[in-house]
Amino acid sequence: MDYNVTWYLIVGILLMGYAILDGFDLGVGALHLMVKNDHDRRILLNSIGPVWDGNEAWLVTAGGALFAAFPEVYATAFSGFYLPFILLLFALIFRAVSIEFRSKEKSIRWRTSWDIGFSGGSILAAILFGVAIGNVIIGFKIGADKEYHGQFIDLISPYTVLTGVFNLVMFTMHGAIFLYLKTEGELQEKVKNWILKIYRVFVLLYLMVTAITLYIRPEMVANFSFGKIVHSGQPHDIIAQNQVIISVIAWAVVLLNLLAIANIPRTLARNKPLQLFVSSACSIAALIMLFALGIFPNMMISNISPFYNLDIYNASSTEYTLKNMLIVAAIGFPFVVAYTAAIYWTYRGKTRIDDTSY
Amino acid sequence: MNAEILARLQFAYTIMFHYIFPPFTIGIGFLLVIYESLYLITKNKIYESITRFWIKIFAACFSVGVASGIVMEFEFGTNWSSYSRFVGDIFGSPLAAEGIFAFFLESGFLAILLFGWNRVKPGVHLFSTVMVALGSMMSAFWIVVANSWQQTPVAYEIVSHGENSRAVITDFWAMVFNPSAMVRFNHVIVGALLQGVFLVLSVAAYYYLKKRFTDFAQKTIPVAMGVATIASLTQLFLGHAHSKIVAEYQPAKLAAFEGLYHTSKGAPLYIAGITDPGKETTYGLKINGMLSYLIYGERNSKVRGLNEFSKEDWPPVAAVFQTYHFMVMLGMWFIFITLTCSLLLFLKKFYDKKWLLRFWVWMVPLPVIANQLGWVSAEVGRQPWLVYGLLRTRDGISVSVSAQEILVSVILFFIIYTLLFFVWLYVLDKEIKHGPGQVGEKPAVGYLAEAEKLGFFTKKKE
Repeated sequence: MDYNVTWYLIVGILLMGYAILDGFDLGVGALHLMVKNDHDRRILLNSIGPVWDGNEAWLVTAGGALFAAFPEVYATAFSGFYLPFILLLFALIFRAVSIEFRSKEKSIRWRTSWDIGFSGGSILAAILFGVAIGNVIIGFKIGADKEYHGQFIDLISPYTVLTGVFNLVMFTMHGAIFLYLKTEGELQEKVKNWILKIYRVFVLLYLMVTAITLYIRPEMVANFSFGKIVHSGQPHDIIAQNQVIISVIAWAVVLLNLLAIANIPRTLARNKPLQLFVSSACSIAALIMLFALGIFPNMMISNISPFYNLDIYNASSTEYTLKNMLIVAAIGFPFVVAYTAAIYWTYRGKTRIDDTSY
Repeated sequence: MNAEILARLQFAYTIMFHYIFPPFTIGIGFLLVIYESLYLITKNKIYESITRFWIKIFAACFSVGVASGIVMEFEFGTNWSSYSRFVGDIFGSPLAAEGIFAFFLESGFLAILLFGWNRVKPGVHLFSTVMVALGSMMSAFWIVVANSWQQTPVAYEIVSHGENSRAVITDFWAMVFNPSAMVRFNHVIVGALLQGVFLVLSVAAYYYLKKRFTDFAQKTIPVAMGVATIASLTQLFLGHAHSKIVAEYQPAKLAAFEGLYHTSKGAPLYIAGITDPGKETTYGLKINGMLSYLIYGERNSKVRGLNEFSKEDWPPVAAVFQTYHFMVMLGMWFIFITLTCSLLLFLKKFYDKKWLLRFWVWMVPLPVIANQLGWVSAEVGRQPWLVYGLLRTRDGISVSVSAQEILVSVILFFIIYTLLFFVWLYVLDKEIKHGPGQVGEKPAVGYLAEAEKLGFFTKKKE
């Protein structure tokens, strides 16, 4: 395994961390307007209160890691995805400040406005992440100069809208499952009903997205095919030499994904909130791994010519930088895990409101 | 307007808005460490109420800082993608390091700082406060490293990469500790301390004048005034050290700072003045030979003027000259006022001067302005370069983003940030007028009855 593959994994792990952690924040935000009284809304808000900011650090760090390790991808993706990306930033801004400002006034109008900002921002952000993933799967108009040559409107298609909605539903389910862990009594019963409903929609959309993806982008299973299907464009030694192991890993992830999804209703019925949450987190992680395995070793696919794809080799920094940054990451990562664990441990248990709450 | 101007406008606007907030959090974070330590040492409840009050203000600044900071992390990719490709091998590393070392530290312990007062032991809470303060400074360190490399690029080589060339790093630590990095980091941190401490002093002076929480005010002021005095004096030396680095590595920028159009022996230092671009001369109040003396320690030394550089490499002189001079003036003012007030405090004559206290209430924007002016002169002074001597600003913009798209985002940023700024001011004003809570006061839990519905999307239940 070379440095480029290692960095592909690191960026992937950061994105997975982000999706699992901020995924439930966004999901709680999407559900926020579903509860009607101030006390319950405060419970929702304070369930993520101490952790949302740390969760967002995963996104910022993923952005920095992408810039450091794969600057061409960072440059092409963000400039090509310009307007949706600006929208995403606004969504994240509104979400962040709404959480902080909501509790500063007692008037209903003030609080309701920030509730809408918080919920709207969360919903929009969740959809836009899904749209982005959908676009990576179907490919961008990337030219030989590695620049995006399409228009804003090219980024919006029925498929990418579907992936956007799918992501929203997935995060909402995850958010509800997180709330099941953090709430009690009547509110928890309500949350349980939500999970059951959203789960059905999730499974339906999961099947739809999978079927349509396989239909329009059969190459997504190249790394699952033991060499029967090959990615078009530039051939890569890393794939040719490791076909079997890559395919074995890919099928293991498929299995993990199916088991995790199946485990959600089972653990809910048995009333095991923590296992339920872990199952939900595992399904998200597995889905991202499936996506990452589907495009590997490409990072952005060109639908002008497969030879213009940005992959982990032609889009990366030099080996010297990748090596140095790997040392930096290796020093920093244990701390990150330690802080995260310590914070979740400190705020374990049911959410209660006190004088420091939002 | 063309894409380059719009992209620069957007960057300037978003970074200047963002930079209102981090100095507050750095400055207040540092003071929180002092006040909370005092609480733990003296066990005096007043320090608890001071600490808890400033945590609330800290949180309001922090959240807007984080929200507007995410924009900055990604704006290099959205608006400056050619730049990102050119320097990605170098510039991305400090940003990633900032994420790993600073953001996680800061945001993780922030959870305990904000919500942990009733949950963890006092020592653990203080530790978290220290970690948050440290995290905010580490964040500043990495971002100043990245910016300083743009000012004084070292440890790189240019290689061709496909059709384009790009800069590639040759020595990681030499890049991190590039010639201007450390002095600029210190300059930025001390500027941030001043900004935070002036807010603290302003609020304390306000309470004292209103005869509310006077005990709180009298316990706050001496500590804050001490920090302010030391910081203003330190800034003088740091600013001086920074100028020497600029003179050595960015001579055109230094010439613009001082409006020095022609290379001269015994170059003057202007106290204030105006530059005349037509005649290429600067008029104003000046001390002859002082610039030469400050930089080379010799009144007759030669300082390089703008005439040594081709005109296309000149920064906009008037803007750089004025922003720089106003920053210096403000710096001098901070030294004067903090020294005077420290003396008055020592002589126990501070609190009876109502006009002086009123003055402190209104001085809070000055360090904000000084910090902004300093950055404007540093960044505009670097023009026309994006990376000094290597890449011009016009060559750094995103090729695939149209001027219309940037215009849309500029307008949206303008509206949203303006709104946000006023909401922030409103919230801050409200928190300050509300004042520190009585320690032990019962919080208002669920001020609305369960039955009272907020009703959005659905009808209110009666």
